[in-house]
Amino acid sequence: MKTASKEISAVSLVEEALEKAHRYQKEYQPFTWINDHAIEQAREIDNRIAKGENVGRLAGVPYALKDNFLSSQGETTASAHILESFTSPVTATAVAKLESEGAIMIGRTNLDAFAHGSSTENSYYGPTKNSKDTECVAGGSSGGSAVAVALDIVEFATGTDTGGSIRQPASFNGVFGLKPTYGAISRYGVVAMASSTDCVGFFTKTAADLNLLMEVCSGQDAKDLTTLPDYYATSPVKSGSKKIGIIKDFDNDAIDSEIRTAMKTEIIALEKAGHEIVLLDMPALKYALAAYYIIVPAEVASNLSRHDGIRYGFRSNSSSSLGELYQNTRNEGFMPENKRRIMIGNFVLSSGFYDAYYLKAAKARTLIIEEYQKAFSMCDFILAPVSPNPAFKLGEKVNDPVSMYLEDVMSVPLNLAGLPGLAIPVGKNAQGLDLGLQLVGPRRSDRALIGFAEELETINQQEKA
Amino acid sequence: MKNYIPTIGIECHVQLCTKTKLFSEVDNDARGKEPNSCLSPVDYALPGMLPRLNEEAVKLAVRAGLALNSEINLESRFDRKHYFYPDLPKGYQITQMFYPIIGAGYVELPDGTKVRIEHAHLEEDAGKLCHDNGYSLVDLNRAGTPLVEIVSMPDIHSAVHARDYAKELWRLMTHANVTYGDLYNGNMRFDVNISIAEEGSKELGTRAEVKNLNSFRSVERAVEYEIKRQAKLLEKGEQVVQETRGWNDATGETTAQRSKEAAADYRYMPEPDIPPLNLTAEFVEAERAKMSISVAVQRSWLNRMLPVSITEILLDYPKLTQKLTSVYKTLAQNGDSTVDIIVTASDEQFSKLGPQLKKIANWFSSVLLAEENTSLLNDELPSDKQLIDLVSMTDKNELSSTGAKEVFLKFFDPEMHYKDTLTIAKELGVVQENDLGALEAVVDVVLAKPETQKAQEDFKAGQEKVLGFLVGQVMKESKGKANPSSVQEILRAKLQQ
Repeated sequence: MKTASKEISAVSLVEEALEKAHRYQKEYQPFTWINDHAIEQAREIDNRIAKGENVGRLAGVPYALKDNFLSSQGETTASAHILESFTSPVTATAVAKLESEGAIMIGRTNLDAFAHGSSTENSYYGPTKNSKDTECVAGGSSGGSAVAVALDIVEFATGTDTGGSIRQPASFNGVFGLKPTYGAISRYGVVAMASSTDCVGFFTKTAADLNLLMEVCSGQDAKDLTTLPDYYATSPVKSGSKKIGIIKDFDNDAIDSEIRTAMKTEIIALEKAGHEIVLLDMPALKYALAAYYIIVPAEVASNLSRHDGIRYGFRSNSSSSLGELYQNTRNEGFMPENKRRIMIGNFVLSSGFYDAYYLKAAKARTLIIEEYQKAFSMCDFILAPVSPNPAFKLGEKVNDPVSMYLEDVMSVPLNLAGLPGLAIPVGKNAQGLDLGLQLVGPRRSDRALIGFAEELETINQQEKA
Repeated sequence: MKNYIPTIGIECHVQLCTKTKLFSEVDNDARGKEPNSCLSPVDYALPGMLPRLNEEAVKLAVRAGLALNSEINLESRFDRKHYFYPDLPKGYQITQMFYPIIGAGYVELPDGTKVRIEHAHLEEDAGKLCHDNGYSLVDLNRAGTPLVEIVSMPDIHSAVHARDYAKELWRLMTHANVTYGDLYNGNMRFDVNISIAEEGSKELGTRAEVKNLNSFRSVERAVEYEIKRQAKLLEKGEQVVQETRGWNDATGETTAQRSKEAAADYRYMPEPDIPPLNLTAEFVEAERAKMSISVAVQRSWLNRMLPVSITEILLDYPKLTQKLTSVYKTLAQNGDSTVDIIVTASDEQFSKLGPQLKKIANWFSSVLLAEENTSLLNDELPSDKQLIDLVSMTDKNELSSTGAKEVFLKFFDPEMHYKDTLTIAKELGVVQENDLGALEAVVDVVLAKPETQKAQEDFKAGQEKVLGFLVGQVMKESKGKANPSSVQEILRAKLQQ
């Protein structure tokens, strides 16, 4: 990625990014807020460069921040009414690390409110449009970040991936999207969706950029007990021929034919490049979506309990008792999809239902983890579609939550297992919409996974040529 | 009226005296501080905030468990308990529902009765609400204070035992230094479950839970009240309703708060932000090594020297019993651990050292714990040497009992605290004159005075009681410093010549 230096000023990088951000905002709405103060930060970076100071590996790089990261710059809304005008006194660990390397946030990006959704249509501020077709969805929940990178407004954008929220919008917009191993990057200061599956990750234009961002952001954080001890920089990268697993069940009629073709093309290219293809039977994965839509809503319902109108954010002013204050604030402040998940979550945790739903889902999760372990004893990485379809029309699935949830069928299994997944762009369909596939690796294999994505990037470019 | 047997189980919340809160790094001691001044973004439940686990709280929980004679579970986990109330910022309390840190144990009451402990777990306290006319204010200073909740088995069958149990828990926890034990400020709070059943019945009755009792006396009174209330209902052929009741200390009554049907569904789930807590056996042993002598050992040891009533008073003051063991150790002058010295002390040692310790125990119980002096308890106690010297001066009659008391109280004077006993006694002018030569001189002066001549005659004529008058005169002449028994001896010798 382009960084500021004595030759290229941070101000010029930021000015260009801000100009594009304002230009595209009306048509695509990738942002919930554009940071016009970024110019001042860029000037400061340029001054430091002029003085010969070491500014960092991301000197003057304009980036976009998904609006569910806490930062003292701008309001952190999570695209939710209930967090309206919430200014955070705290900055997320990941944001602090990026900015300590000189990165400059030029805007906060739109998402499905509290990251609940696969299309960014659940945003209180309205949907973000697909970068290739404004009648189609951007994907979600990190739709704004994917589009901001795809439109080349910024060099990279942050995202969060709880069940595909980075990989799916990346594949809908033709950019790289990494969901690292669970615990690789601190969640401190990231508005929680589901604590046991939330991951901080990135959208970039090249696989190599993901490596740089992981070097900067990964690492154990005392403020997040679920972070893993530092491993990224020292994790092994195997060179030479690799075994690539293909999940048999993921090749079926429910998957878009052009996505299936893209899979086949990729498999042939991989074999040509000397890699071995291994077919995998992973029957437990069929429980993943059901388990996910029990465990995640349970955690969602719990994590959203703090939004009660007492201490910060939106408070309904039409209440005459404490009970009404809670009811009205949460009723007016949450989006319909938030409420749906809160209700499902509270239902599955209710006394008398816990064993039948939550506990059973937790057992299914264990099976899925074991099945992946078995799979990775037979192969190095798994190649799979990200979603069954390319970007769909705006409004097409808004009133059909189950069909919307089915979008996540191939992205959620690895969130339950805590595995890293990397969405790579593999071309366009007949309508010109982007297609993407995902690479999945064992826990802590992020670095090798990014290395392999770089290799695939080269293979795919050669195929095109 | 039929004879009913009460069955009682008690849950006790103990606030741990950690420096910081259970899940954040802010001050845990909010006494005397502005409302909402001891708060971090974690306690305030800002979005995106995650709990950090306070290792000191885990250590104190382990010590609490050891004091309860409990198994320490090397793996324990945290869970979320959900309910909406403004005192609970996250909308859930982090607790240990399924895998608590402290397993089964027992508490032995002073009369030897054992009450089994079901388990005890770590959890966070909630904030406080102040209700005013038409509005309520929230103070979150207490939110996130670490608690150990101790759950007993229903092994208690009387109001007196309920009270004894509560008090013994308080002793165990204060002796183990896990809590300040300040009941007035809610450092320990009791929820009491009570049911009654006809004598001989194999089934237990329906229970009522009286919540938030914060004194031993209120535990006893609430149980007494509940036993009577429930018996009355049963006598009338009515049913006891399973419900939560509140205690009104002014009226001495419990009142219904909410029934089982209206009880909240807490929607427990595993806490995904805190990985399972894994302790090593070494970690537990390191805490065991830090424990002072157990209450049970202290009790049996003190009872070998002191009346039971004094022992029980002293046991309420861990600082005092610890001082006594420390003095004992200094007196015994060997390198063994204090526990060994005390447990293995022979009768011979006791007969030698017991009387000295008894004197100190008496100063503690009758001087220091006298109402007008109890504020001194907050100060540093006298050193072992100061106390031992004080004993030895009284043994040698260098101090009268009144003088010793004065010196003892002066130990707490910040200006005197670092001076040795003799210096303090001299400064107070209370050292008794035991030097026979000097005393004789004083006696001679008195005997030469005209006003004592008649008494001398009378004594010689056989009137024993006038000796008192003469001793008094000598004491007066010595300005009170003479040792009266020595004076008497000298007078006798001189007058009988």
